[in-house]
Amino acid sequence: MADDMQIDLGVEKVTKKFKDFTAVKAVSFEVEQGRFFSILGPSGCGKTTLLRMIAGLAEPDNGRITIRGLNMAGIPPNKRPANLVFQHLALFPMMNVADNIAFGLQRRGEKKATVFKKVSAILERVDLPGFEKKKIHELSGGQKQRVAIARCLVLEPAVLLLDEPLGALDLKLREQMKVELKKLQAKVGTTFVYITHDQSEALVMSDQVAVMNKGHFEQLDTPKNLYNRPATPFVARFVGDNNIWSGHIRDRDNNTCRFETPDGNVFHISGDQPWRNGAAVDLFLRPEAMIIQPDPAHTGLNRFEAHIRSLLFDGANSRIIATPKNSDRELLVALPQNRQHDDLCPGDIVEIGWDKSSGICFATETETSP
Amino acid sequence: MTQHRKWGLFFFLTPVLLWLTLLIVLPHIDLLRMSFILETDTGETEWRLSNYASFFKEPIYWLTFVRTAIYSIIVTLLTLVVALPVSFFITKVARPGTRGFLMLLILLPFWVSELVRVYGWMILLRESGVINHFLLKLGILDQPVEMLYNDAAMILGLVYTSMLFMVVPLVSVLESLDDSLIEAAYDLGADMGTIVFKIIVPHATPGIVSGAIVVFMLTLGNYLTPNLMGGKNSLWFTEQIYNQFIASFNWNQGAAFGFLLLLLSSGIVWLGLKLSGQTLGKVVR
Amino acid sequence: MIRTLPTSRTYDFGFRLYICFYFVFLFAPLLVTCVLAFNDSLFPSLPWKGFTLDWFFSNHAERIGIFHDRINLDSIWVSARVAFFVTLLSVSVGTCAAFLFEQEDFPFKSLLYFLMLAPLVIPGVILGISILLVSNTLGTALEDSWRMDVGILRPGFWLVVLGQFSFITTLVTLVVSARLKKFDTTLEEAALNLGANRMQVIFHITLKFLRPAIIGAAAMAFLMSFENFNTTLFLVGSEATLPINLYLQVRDGSTPVINAVSFLLIAGTSLAAMAMLYMSGKSET
Repeated sequence: MADDMQIDLGVEKVTKKFKDFTAVKAVSFEVEQGRFFSILGPSGCGKTTLLRMIAGLAEPDNGRITIRGLNMAGIPPNKRPANLVFQHLALFPMMNVADNIAFGLQRRGEKKATVFKKVSAILERVDLPGFEKKKIHELSGGQKQRVAIARCLVLEPAVLLLDEPLGALDLKLREQMKVELKKLQAKVGTTFVYITHDQSEALVMSDQVAVMNKGHFEQLDTPKNLYNRPATPFVARFVGDNNIWSGHIRDRDNNTCRFETPDGNVFHISGDQPWRNGAAVDLFLRPEAMIIQPDPAHTGLNRFEAHIRSLLFDGANSRIIATPKNSDRELLVALPQNRQHDDLCPGDIVEIGWDKSSGICFATETETSP
Repeated sequence: MTQHRKWGLFFFLTPVLLWLTLLIVLPHIDLLRMSFILETDTGETEWRLSNYASFFKEPIYWLTFVRTAIYSIIVTLLTLVVALPVSFFITKVARPGTRGFLMLLILLPFWVSELVRVYGWMILLRESGVINHFLLKLGILDQPVEMLYNDAAMILGLVYTSMLFMVVPLVSVLESLDDSLIEAAYDLGADMGTIVFKIIVPHATPGIVSGAIVVFMLTLGNYLTPNLMGGKNSLWFTEQIYNQFIASFNWNQGAAFGFLLLLLSSGIVWLGLKLSGQTLGKVVR
Repeated sequence: MIRTLPTSRTYDFGFRLYICFYFVFLFAPLLVTCVLAFNDSLFPSLPWKGFTLDWFFSNHAERIGIFHDRINLDSIWVSARVAFFVTLLSVSVGTCAAFLFEQEDFPFKSLLYFLMLAPLVIPGVILGISILLVSNTLGTALEDSWRMDVGILRPGFWLVVLGQFSFITTLVTLVVSARLKKFDTTLEEAALNLGANRMQVIFHITLKFLRPAIIGAAAMAFLMSFENFNTTLFLVGSEATLPINLYLQVRDGSTPVINAVSFLLIAGTSLAAMAMLYMSGKSET
C-alpha cells in the first residue's frame, strides 16, 4: 500500500538563514497524500519559517520543496497549490464570510454561480451553513477558525498548511477544536501540515509528528512512538513529563544492566540499550510509569520505598511528590484517581515500582536544555 | 466630594465656554449677519441678499469659486496618490529600525514655515530659477521658461504643502494593518492590484478620509500658495475674500464670500464623512 | 511586496527609486533656499558666485544681513512674543478642555465637543475674517454707546494672539486628551482614597502624568503660532509677524536675506528635530 501512495509534499535538505542565524538546517521529509502531519517544537525552533517556505512566503537558501512532484522554486505563493491558515487567522475584516471564502476562487476567475455554489458547499462542510452574510467580528473564536480553514479548503489545495491556528483559543474550545479538526481532515482527505508548540495538539491529531529543535528535526515518528520511544533527550523532555535521574551503568551483560545513582539507588534497566559499563547516563522515567504500592505478585519491577512529600491533586492528572529513602531526589509520581490511594498523606512511606522497560537512558548532557 | 466635582466642572468649563463662545460662535454669527447687510452710499445699513446676488451675477466670482473647489479636489486626489506608496513603504517595506528616521525626514519640512517652503519652490521654478539655470546649462533649453505663476506650479505647491496631512493619518492606519492579511491574500492567489484595492485601500479608508478632509480644507482655505505661485489674477477664492476686505474695503461682500467658502468647506467635509460612514470625532483620532 | 515577503528585483528597485524621488521632491526647495543664502550675489538665484556670509552679518547699504536688518529682526521678535502668549493661553485652556471632555459629565457635552472640533474644519482665512468682523462690531458698539476705545479690539498684536489661540487650542486639546485617555484612573482613585482632594489629585498625579503631552503640545503650539499666516493676515496691525513680513518681501521681490532667515528657521527646526530623535532614542534604550 505504501508504494502506490502519492507524495503530496516533499522537502529536501531545505536551509534558511537570516543574516548569521540559521533558522532551518537541511531539513528533509515527505508527507503522503491524506496524512495529518505535525511539526512540533518550541517557539523559535524554525517551524514557522519552514512552513512559510512551503507556502512560498519565504524562499529557501538551499534545498528543494516539491508539491505533488512539482518543484516549487520560484513559484510565488499566489500560484502554489498550498494554502496557509494563519496563526491569527488573517480573515479579512472588510469582507463578510462569503467574500472571504470566495476571495481565492474569484482570483482564479471562476464564474459567479460556481463560486456561490462552492462557498455554500464548503460552509456546509465546516458546519456553518447559512453563515454567508455574517461579518467577521460577529463570529465566535471557533467559527472564525472554521471560516479560515474553509477559505483555504475551498481552493482544494494539495497541501493545507496550518500555523498554530488554535493558539488564540481558550483551553476548553481548544480541546474541542482539536477533535473537530481531526474529524474534518478525515472527512475532506486533504493533506494537512500543522505546526504547533503544543504537544497535545500534535499527539491527538497527527498521523505523524516531527519534533523540531534549533532548526532541525530531532525525531519523525508516530505520536505513540514519540511518547514511548523518544530518540533524543530533547524529545524525551519536550513530549510529556519526565523525571530525570543522573547516574552510571553497572554490571552490563547481554540481557540486562543496572543503573546506579550517586545516592545508592540501584535499578535494573532493559539491556537493549547500548551502554558500556561505567557510562554516565540520565535516566528518564515518566510519572505514569511508576506504580504506587504495586501488587507484590508482580515480578520484574524495580521497587523502592519513598517518602511522600506532598500530594498535588489535579483531577485525572494528580501527582505526588516523593523522595526515595536515603535520597533528596524529588520524583513526580502519577496518582491514579481510582480510590485505591485515597488514604495517602504527606509523610507516609510507600513502595513504588516501575517496569524496567519504561526507563530510558541517554548520555548525560553537559549543557542544560529547557 | 460632589462639591468638589461641581467646582471642578466650573473650573474647567468656564475658560472653554469663553473660548468657544467668544472666538468661535460669536464671530461666525457676526460673519453671517454682516453678509446680509448692505451699506448704502449714504452710510445707512439695510438687510439685503444683494451680497449673495452679486456673487451669482458676477461670473468672475462664482467661476473662481467653482475653480477653487475643483482644484482643491484635484490637489486632494493627487496628494493621496503620491502619499499612499510613501506611507506603505514606511510602514510595510522599510526595515523597522529606519522607520523612525524616515518619518522624521518626512515631518521635517513641515515644521518649517509654509512661506519658506513656497519661497523655495519659487527659487526653483521661476524664470531666473535654479531649474532653468540647470536646463540651460545642460543645453535642454536655449531660452529660460517661466515655470512659476501658472496652475501647474500652484497645484505642485499645494500638493507639497498638504503632503504631511495625508502621510501622517495614512502611516498610522497602515501601521494597524496586520501583515498577515496581505500574506493571506497573496497566498490565496491575489496579485498586487487585488491586494491594493481589496485589502489595503479598504483597510486604510478611515485614514484616507481623515487625510483627505484635512487636505481639502487646508487647500480650499490656502491663500499663500495660490497667491505666490499661481497666476497673477486672483483666481483662488481666498484671494477674492482678501480683495474685498483689504483692497475694496467691502467687508459685507467679503463676509458673504467667507460664508460661502465656509459652507463649501463644511459641505464637502460632511459629504466625505457621510460617504465613508464616519464621524468627525472618529476621524480626529 | 512587504518586508516579510520575497520580492522581485525590478519591483524593489522601482519602489526605492520612487521613494528617492519623493525625498528629492521634499527637500529640493529647502536645500536650494539654504544654499543660496551663502551665494555672493544680489539675487537669490544661480549662478554660484562664491561663498559669503554677507546675508547674515554685512551692514552695507547694498547688502544688509539679517543680523542688521531691523524690520526682519523686529518681526521675529513680534512672532516670538505672539507665539509665547498663544502657547501660554492655548496650553492652559486646552488642558482644561481635555479634563472637561475626558473626565467631566454635563448636559450638551457632545454639542460642546463638536464646537471644540469645529476650528479644524474652518479654513484659517474664515477664522481670521470672522474674528476681525466681530471685534470690529464690538469695538464700534462700545464706542457708540459708551465712548470707550478698546485697543485690543482693533487689528494688532492681541487680536493676532486671540485669532491664533482660537484654533491652536483645539489641537492642544486633542493632544492632551489623547494622553489623558491612557491615564489609569485607579491611580486617581487610590490618591482620593489616601485622602487627597480632587484638585490635589490633579496637581500631584494627573498633571505629572500629562507632562510629556503638555510639553509636546506647547512645542507644537509655539511652532504653529510662529509660522501662522492665513489667520494672522487679516488681524495683523502695524506690527507684522515674521511670516507676514516675509510674505510682503517675497511678493515684491527681495534680496537673499530671506534665504538667510529661511536658513536660520530650517536649521533651528532641524536641530530641534535631531534633539527630539536623540532624546526618544535615549528613552527607548
